[in-house]
Amino acid sequence: MFNYPKKLKYTETHEWVKKENDIYIIGISDYAQDALGDIVFVNLPEVDDEVFVQESFGDVESVKAVSDLFSPVTGVVCEVNEDLLDNPALLNDDCYANWLIKVEDVSETDEFLDADSYREFCESQG
Amino acid sequence: MASYVVNTKKQQQQMLKELNMETLDDLYIDVPKSVVLKSLDIPEGKSELEVYNEMSETAAKNTVFKHIFRGAGAYNHYIPSIVNAVVNKEEFLTSYTPYQPEIAQGILQSIFEYQTQMCELTGLDVSNASVYDGAVAAAEASLMIQERKRSDIIVAGTVNPQVLAVIKTYCESRDVNLTILKTDDYSVDLKDLKSKLHDNIAGVVVQSPNYYGIIEDVKVISELTHSHGGKVIMHTNPIALALLKNGKELDVDICTAEGQPLGMPLSFGGPYLGIMTCKKELMRRLPGRIVGQTVDTNNKRCFVLTLQAREQHIRREKASSNICSNQALCAMRASVYCAALGPDGLKQVAVNSASNAHYLAKQLATIDGFKLKTKKEFFNEFLMSCPTDSHKLTDLLAKRGILAGLPVENNILWCATEMNSKKEIDKLVETIKEVL
Amino acid sequence: MKLLFEISSKDRKLDLIPPCDTEIYSFDDKLIRKEKLRLPEVSEVDLSRHYTNLAKEAHGVNNGFYPLGSCTMKYNPSINEVVASDKNFTSIHPLQPVETVQGCLEVLYEAKKLLCEITGMDDMSFQPAAGAHGEYAGLILIKKYHQDRNDYKRVNIIVPDSAHGTNPASATMVGFKVVNIPSNENGGVDIEKLKAAVGEDTAGLMLTNPNTLGLFDSNILEITRIVHDAGGLCYYDGANLNAIMGRVRPGDMGFDCVHLNLHKTFSTPHGGGGPGSGPVGCKDILKDFLPTLEVAKNENGFHFYQPAKTMGQVRSFYGNFLVVVKALTYIKSLGKEGIAEASGNAVLNANYLMNKLKTHYDVAYDLICMHEFVLSLGKMKREYGVSAMDIAKGCLDYGIHPPTMYFPLIVSEALMLEPTETESKETLDQAADIFIKLYETAISNPEKLHNAPSKCYITRPDEVQAARKPILTYQFKND
Repeated sequence: MFNYPKKLKYTETHEWVKKENDIYIIGISDYAQDALGDIVFVNLPEVDDEVFVQESFGDVESVKAVSDLFSPVTGVVCEVNEDLLDNPALLNDDCYANWLIKVEDVSETDEFLDADSYREFCESQG
Repeated sequence: MASYVVNTKKQQQQMLKELNMETLDDLYIDVPKSVVLKSLDIPEGKSELEVYNEMSETAAKNTVFKHIFRGAGAYNHYIPSIVNAVVNKEEFLTSYTPYQPEIAQGILQSIFEYQTQMCELTGLDVSNASVYDGAVAAAEASLMIQERKRSDIIVAGTVNPQVLAVIKTYCESRDVNLTILKTDDYSVDLKDLKSKLHDNIAGVVVQSPNYYGIIEDVKVISELTHSHGGKVIMHTNPIALALLKNGKELDVDICTAEGQPLGMPLSFGGPYLGIMTCKKELMRRLPGRIVGQTVDTNNKRCFVLTLQAREQHIRREKASSNICSNQALCAMRASVYCAALGPDGLKQVAVNSASNAHYLAKQLATIDGFKLKTKKEFFNEFLMSCPTDSHKLTDLLAKRGILAGLPVENNILWCATEMNSKKEIDKLVETIKEVL
Repeated sequence: MKLLFEISSKDRKLDLIPPCDTEIYSFDDKLIRKEKLRLPEVSEVDLSRHYTNLAKEAHGVNNGFYPLGSCTMKYNPSINEVVASDKNFTSIHPLQPVETVQGCLEVLYEAKKLLCEITGMDDMSFQPAAGAHGEYAGLILIKKYHQDRNDYKRVNIIVPDSAHGTNPASATMVGFKVVNIPSNENGGVDIEKLKAAVGEDTAGLMLTNPNTLGLFDSNILEITRIVHDAGGLCYYDGANLNAIMGRVRPGDMGFDCVHLNLHKTFSTPHGGGGPGSGPVGCKDILKDFLPTLEVAKNENGFHFYQPAKTMGQVRSFYGNFLVVVKALTYIKSLGKEGIAEASGNAVLNANYLMNKLKTHYDVAYDLICMHEFVLSLGKMKREYGVSAMDIAKGCLDYGIHPPTMYFPLIVSEALMLEPTETESKETLDQAADIFIKLYETAISNPEKLHNAPSKCYITRPDEVQAARKPILTYQFKND
């Protein structure tokens, strides 16, 4: 029932990753946005902030829950999707078109899942 | 013994029987035998009349002063009758935090009105539903501006000692580095501030009117602090805001205040009210409950607790504050007080308080040895020298039914409000001359 | 309902303050506020009716049954209010000379003695203004205790996963690291997990007993011993004291410090969210660290003193004094038998109601409960699509304040009910009938519950819009 685009990689903490040249683009998966429900606010780092593999780089708020965002890579934030700060609902509308941050100078990456493995992982979560 | 248990012994037996039990003790089978209490070592219960008499006797051991010239963080202002009439309504008194908006619109709307009034007074964009008291407001404000690379807090040495003490506790518990500024002629030593500001500063806490009643040059403090990227927290007296420049005009980021002057009796220090407002940019860092406007499914305007994802019940150990209640009934007092007085009335309270204080200062200065400690502008409090032991003088005045200013070392911190008439002030001066 | 700002009419006012009879002092213009002050301009009758209207849209204990779990919404005796409005209390300045405030000090001293006896503690401070504030002060006591012994490695506070959200948040505020431990199959502390969690880095354990599932942990003596053996201290969250007061004491269970919620257990009202009072009590080993000032008594009467190694202040002055006055009034009224009678009946009422609801609803833990119990509507949600929220909203149409929803977090679709001792069998029977009717509606007409409430002043509010586009103040029309 959820959308798992083939061209993306995923983490078990429900972030998706796409590598373009040397830059990693990071977002949250369809499974994650659905589990959160109506997203009301997104806390994101600033450009030039460092992020680290498996460490929190921000969080996503719904009315009655808050969920940490975990970085799939270690590197430096080079771009932040400012549109989300004004209109967090974009994440519910299309979580793959609306990325969260772009990271450069990546020195370490997490173990990524491909779309099929990630789908299996999500389905095993019940 | 007064008891508010409703069920009769017979009913209790009937209910126990349904549970296949015989006595109330049977309900406590999980309590280890070794710690079951036989009986509390406290007096037996009493009838309402006996309790009333006992408590009244205790209360009567206090001295109620008819003439109060003491402030220092708690102020004797007139409380309009409508204030008590409103807050004694049992729907307000006996309800809890408005978790169910459909049956709590009354409480939620009153908080929304309070938030609006506090924003009007302070000139800032966002108010929370209040915190425990003014000192806690200032302390919570110091923590809400903490950033990863900006942690240090600088506090003016002219902040009320009660407020300073609470800021110290809060900063120490969070391992926040706290620096206290030197005082120059009873106000902030700007040179010292300049020397202590640096680019890792979280912010500066300044009080104006300060502990000594002096109006600080907050505008300059804001400029200096902002030039280093720090935030400014102005702790203030809400009455003064009706007359003197507000937080917006002084370009501060956060305003905190002890709300007691807005309709709360002195009550030996509490319940009081912590007012806390901030600029829009800091909205999501503001601790405490916040009420927002929305619509119901029929598109009817209504109010809810909002921005809850900041709070402890959701964030748990990641929350920046553990606060989960407000002083709702005190906030309502402040709201009714402000509405009863209106913009002109509140300003009049401020003007009368300041005018009476200045008259008091002038009259006291006619007595030998009474001299203002500084020529700087003050609001309704001021520090004066005292030709004799300040405690001795205030004790003598206390015996004559006057609560004089607060002894601060060998000076006295005097205060006047709209409650102190010219006649009363003249009488005070006369009495001092007699007892000296 | 119109807002105060919408009933405002220019130049309307009350005549409250006489003109100034001293010379009007004029401040330098550069100090003067230029911004307009848009406070409401109203008459007294406007104000009176406004708040009477608001009161109609508020639900207090005096309006009806209020089984809000974890909040102890018991009846608030009128005598409390009468005593606390005595001018001899309300007119006292907090910085009056000590000889002129002997009555106030007597209140603090007596309340301390009584509450120490009830909790099994040795000393107490009334400075914390609410439960969470008491937790904060209590954890500082623990931190100071370890630091005073030069034991700086104790940085962990152990908190069960069923704990109130304030517990971990308070621990963080005090600079501790939170170690969560899971509950066992009976809802209690998992002893093995606790043993594995304690060590040289353990500062202490925070526990509610009975816990937030309404269950008394019968292993309590072992739990506190394990923590003590590891060199940690035990903190008692007094949120649920109403179940056990007069029957078993935190101090005897091995706790070193406690906080109380006077606005719950000791019947001073909640006031729509405050003011409350959250005194922190402790054993002798911690008393030197208590907030300042403390009250003591000698042959000359009552006086203040500063505890030897005080943590300083957590609030101005002496806390929410008038709330303490009300709690003292209540304790004097009930006395030694009344206190145990209150707790016993709180527990009886909870078990009686649980037993009635068990016929239809799933109880999270089908054991003898204390003053509250938790229903789990997980099955109902799966089978009929009706959530805990829907049932809660359904209560509103019957004039009952809903139970606490979605807490504790470890129970799915949780509803937590705490009837308190001040409700009659008749009220409980009636409430049980209503809950069972709601259960039947969930099966026969779930849509009705999705749309509940229908008889309140408003229907369900759009909380998403409120959070996405916050409107936090009245938007003044440009005038």
